[in-house]
Amino acid sequence: MDTVRPESLIPLPPAVFHILMALADEDRHGYGIIQEVSTRTSGEVRLSPGTLYRSIQRMLDDDLIVEKHERPAPELDDERRRYYGITSFGKSVARAEASRLTDLVKLARASGFIPRKA
Amino acid sequence: MRFYRTLLHLYPRSFRAEYGDEMCAVFARELEAAGPARFVLLASALLDTVANAARVHVDITRQDLRYALRSLRRSPGFTATAILVAALGIGATTTTFSIADHVLLRPLPFAQPDRLVKLWQTQASRGYSRLEPSPPNYLDWQRMATSFEGIAAYRGTAATLLGIGEPERITGQRVTGGAFTLLGRSAALGRTLVESDIASEQDPIVISDLLWRRRFAADLDVLGRTMALDDATAVIVGVMPPGFVFPDRRESDYWRPLRFEARNGDDDRNNNYLSVIARLKPGITFEQARSEMQVIGDQLQQRFPKELAGMSASAFRWRDEVRADSRLLLWALVGASLCVLLIACTNLANLMMSRALARRGEFAVRAAVGASVDRLVRQMLTDSLLLAGAGGVLGVIVAVVSAPLVVRLVPSTLPIAEIPPLDLRILLGAALVTLFTGIAFGILPALRVCRTADGSALKEGARGGTGRGTERLRSTLVVAQIVASVVLMVSAGLLIEALMTVQAIDPGFTTTNVLTLRTWLPTPKYELSNARERFYQQVLGEVHTLPGVTKAAYISFLPMTMRGGIWPILTTTEDPNSPGGFVAPDPRDQRSASLRFVTPGFFAAVGTPLLQGRDVAAADTLDTQRVAVVSRSFAREHFPNQDPLGRQFAVAFAVRTIVGVVGDIRVRGLERESEPQVYMPAAQQFNGQLTFYMPKDLVIRSTVPSTTLIPAVRAIISRADPQQPVTDIKTLEEVVTLETAPRVVQLRVLGAFAAAALLLAAIGIHGLLAFTVSARSREIGVRIALGARPLDILTMVVRRSVLLAGLGVTVGAVLAYAAARSMQSLLAGVEPGNLPVFAAAVLLAAVMTLAGTLLPAWRAVRVDPLEATRAD
Repeated sequence: MDTVRPESLIPLPPAVFHILMALADEDRHGYGIIQEVSTRTSGEVRLSPGTLYRSIQRMLDDDLIVEKHERPAPELDDERRRYYGITSFGKSVARAEASRLTDLVKLARASGFIPRKA
Repeated sequence: MRFYRTLLHLYPRSFRAEYGDEMCAVFARELEAAGPARFVLLASALLDTVANAARVHVDITRQDLRYALRSLRRSPGFTATAILVAALGIGATTTTFSIADHVLLRPLPFAQPDRLVKLWQTQASRGYSRLEPSPPNYLDWQRMATSFEGIAAYRGTAATLLGIGEPERITGQRVTGGAFTLLGRSAALGRTLVESDIASEQDPIVISDLLWRRRFAADLDVLGRTMALDDATAVIVGVMPPGFVFPDRRESDYWRPLRFEARNGDDDRNNNYLSVIARLKPGITFEQARSEMQVIGDQLQQRFPKELAGMSASAFRWRDEVRADSRLLLWALVGASLCVLLIACTNLANLMMSRALARRGEFAVRAAVGASVDRLVRQMLTDSLLLAGAGGVLGVIVAVVSAPLVVRLVPSTLPIAEIPPLDLRILLGAALVTLFTGIAFGILPALRVCRTADGSALKEGARGGTGRGTERLRSTLVVAQIVASVVLMVSAGLLIEALMTVQAIDPGFTTTNVLTLRTWLPTPKYELSNARERFYQQVLGEVHTLPGVTKAAYISFLPMTMRGGIWPILTTTEDPNSPGGFVAPDPRDQRSASLRFVTPGFFAAVGTPLLQGRDVAAADTLDTQRVAVVSRSFAREHFPNQDPLGRQFAVAFAVRTIVGVVGDIRVRGLERESEPQVYMPAAQQFNGQLTFYMPKDLVIRSTVPSTTLIPAVRAIISRADPQQPVTDIKTLEEVVTLETAPRVVQLRVLGAFAAAALLLAAIGIHGLLAFTVSARSREIGVRIALGARPLDILTMVVRRSVLLAGLGVTVGAVLAYAAARSMQSLLAGVEPGNLPVFAAAVLLAAVMTLAGTLLPAWRAVRVDPLEATRAD
């Protein structure tokens, strides 16, 4: 199989980037991802089931995430659910995207679009 | 929740199977959390599902396309063959559809075209449903009919355009004032003709876009400029928009007012030369208008029993003014192209199936890693649609290139452009055909894969055999191809037979080394016979001195170029007590003849035999007895069992004495019965009378190739009259060839279809057998190892193809006979069951089958038993 460079996938659609961030520290099932994204953004971003699973399908195809077969501890497990985890390739892509956004923010700041903190 | 589950059906099935339950679970949680805002959530779920489902479809399609492109690129031979085969089928169908649509279906380019009708005089007793009316009849119709918003008349005309560069002969129409209003079309520049133009002192003229561009360099200030036309100076008042064609594409350079001459009283009631169109009043049906015209026709017949014996009137939808045989021909071609498309599709299906079977391993792997069956089917359909799409693009190019070649199939009697436009409508048609093709040839292999993709069926193929079902299906497809190609071959064969029959018809003259051309002799310059005689004498005198010229003469109209010019013939009563009384034997049985004026030597020039008496002579002038030369059929019809020489008859305002009898000429063309012919000396044409008939067509017979004479003849004519345009330069052979041109075109088109079908069917049969042989190589190897002789192996392979061919040919022959019956009127009397044609088609089918079988059979015989058995 051809090796895909992380840069070839960026810019990432916002939903995909949010999902990657939600999976950064632990594997989650679909509803878990929605909740995590919502919490991280203080309720600003709420993924719909359609957007979530469409993104998941693409991310699986692109090897950004994998479906996990080992389950969390039984008291935390919801056995009807499928769990997803980020791959190392997914992490590289997320890093590349973050670096792209950082550069963008730097540029915006230089242009005076972002007020400098006192 | 049921609502959400239903919504999920918008997603592809594979996606739904994968994530449907999860999505429902997530949605259920959200619903729980939403509380009273449930309805907002439901509404947003609807929007969300529609948007996301569409994107998932796009994603999958994009993925499939990428995959398809990659896999097609890996097998360029297959890809190229499939695209070409699809292009052939789609191109053929698009071409014939665009022509049939243009001629038969598309509304005429006028306002509310379905309310436009043509009015004709009818004569049921003689089987004529469309006779031109005379001016008095037209005026009476206009006065009496209540069904129409407007009625307008027109007639063809031509004039020499002088004063701007080279003199040019242009053709146009004389139209009555209401014509343009009735058509509902206005000018692009200036105005159209109106009622008041008829009586106006000025001579207004409206010109076509083409003429405006060609002769006036698209000058926007053209309005008010004058045009010198033969006898008159017309003032340009309007330019019609591009593409405006009225009444047909050959005669649409200009339009001038149609004025009826003062003498158009009741004695002019038989002077039939007008074409009449009308527009139905709102609320009046076509049938009502038609019955009213019949009533009016009958009333007029009662008022003028002598002039209108047996005549009535009727209305016809303008759209239907396409000759029945043209209509049949176009539908036959559409049928033929559908046959080609069918063959192309079956062929592609077979190709795809071989490929699908070859890719079984690949699909099995994909299935094993979780691709669902419907994803595989979708992938197969994407492959076939991609191939069909590429074929479709190529097919449209084929259609664009071939449309001008088959343009002679478009009848010229409709107000439509010559070449069918390639517009959205046609592209849409092509796209539909492409889609149909893609699905038609993709679906069978895809369904096959659907079955084989589950594990059990995979094993069947693993050992190199083919499923019985698959093979049966493929055999059926091959038989269908043979059937369709036999139908096309028989149809083409019958048309070849018909063409040869028509070409064998004796036109009544010989065509070798005869040059013809037209000089227009405009009035009033040539209205007097003296002026004409001077011109003829100078031109003919000089032409006769050219080396190689044996005979030259003038005639009113060459045979087969003008089919009309028919006059009633009155012969003397046998009653000696009423000398000079000329009557028709029975007004209901009016006999007529085609009338021509000729200069001496015409019959020798065209090689028509003089059977009795003499040719017209230089001595026949206005001061001597009026004479005529008649055709053999004329003499037989009017003077049976008598010596026609010296007998008299009346035609076109004069009594004529027969001085000679010549052979019959097919004036109306090779395939139509012609009226008997009457030839009168050009020098005996009265001044200002029958000017339409004054000899304009020059015929020159020579011992040298006739085209070598053209420059010299042009120079001679230019010396005689520098303002004389020379047009229609053709050899007499070309005149006759033009007669069969539509047949030749239809034959070429159908022949091309038949050849394509034959080739495709050969590819199909080859593909099938090659596949069977390679799939059975192991079995064959074992047989050879067990002592089977090459002949046995050969018999095994060939038997199969003979069986398929036999079945295809039998069914094909039956269908071909049915097809031939339905196109009998195109066959010029050739029997639909013509044995040699059927035999030839069967033979060709056999040869084709043999050709398709040879290579696979050769391979089968050469199978190495060791290799084959080791293959697994």
